Amino acid sequence: MFAPTVRVQEEPFDAGVEIARLEGGGEVGALVSFIGLCRDEDGALTALELEHYPGMAEEEIARIAAQACERWPLEGLTIIHRHGVIKPGEKIVLVVAAARHRSEAFAAAEFLMDYLKTSAPFRKKERRADGAEDSWVDAKAGDDEAAARWAKR
Amino acid sequence: MKALYFASVRERVGLAEEDIAPPGDIATVGDLMRWLATRGEGYAAAFANARTIRAAIDKTHAGHEAPIAQAREIAFFPPMTGG
Repeated sequence: MFAPTVRVQEEPFDAGVEIARLEGGGEVGALVSFIGLCRDEDGALTALELEHYPGMAEEEIARIAAQACERWPLEGLTIIHRHGVIKPGEKIVLVVAAARHRSEAFAAAEFLMDYLKTSAPFRKKERRADGAEDSWVDAKAGDDEAAARWAKR
Repeated sequence: MKALYFASVRERVGLAEEDIAPPGDIATVGDLMRWLATRGEGYAAAFANARTIRAAIDKTHAGHEAPIAQAREIAFFPPMTGG
């Protein structure tokens, strides 16, 4: 049994390096990665500011990771979430799920992202190009629905 | 106990964290939010729509009915927008 890698950090990460770390295990036949990036919303945003709850962010992501490991027979799992100021085009979040077969890896990666969105203690604030006041991004009802559908399975 | 405020709750309260000593009849997270809302204009604004505010006790999500008697640290925040 492996221990999932969970990191909450301000500095950028190298997705290629992180994905390569989960390659090469003899039982890994499928590796699914998700990378969340900062959009510029057609030039309207200069940056996102991600506020987190230090300590709880790591603990909550580890709890979600443990749930994924209980649900699917994974061979490896890495989750990295950044905080601080993130510019358009920069990576915010990385999930890499390794499994023997692709269906488990796809499902686990999607489950993890749906739960990270609604349960990990991060909040996004938009810095606007037009000089308007910074504004907090509202949570979307669709995010709750995406997470809730996993409970029914 | 220590109260922590995040995002718009922090901005309205005007503090990131503080030590609080709620009266003995404040038993749950929901009670605590109603009590905090009475502490001033900023608090009232922060907790005006308490139904939408999430809470965590000692870094674990907690419902509004959760008892606070054993809590060392209670955090309040609007719904998450990470990922």
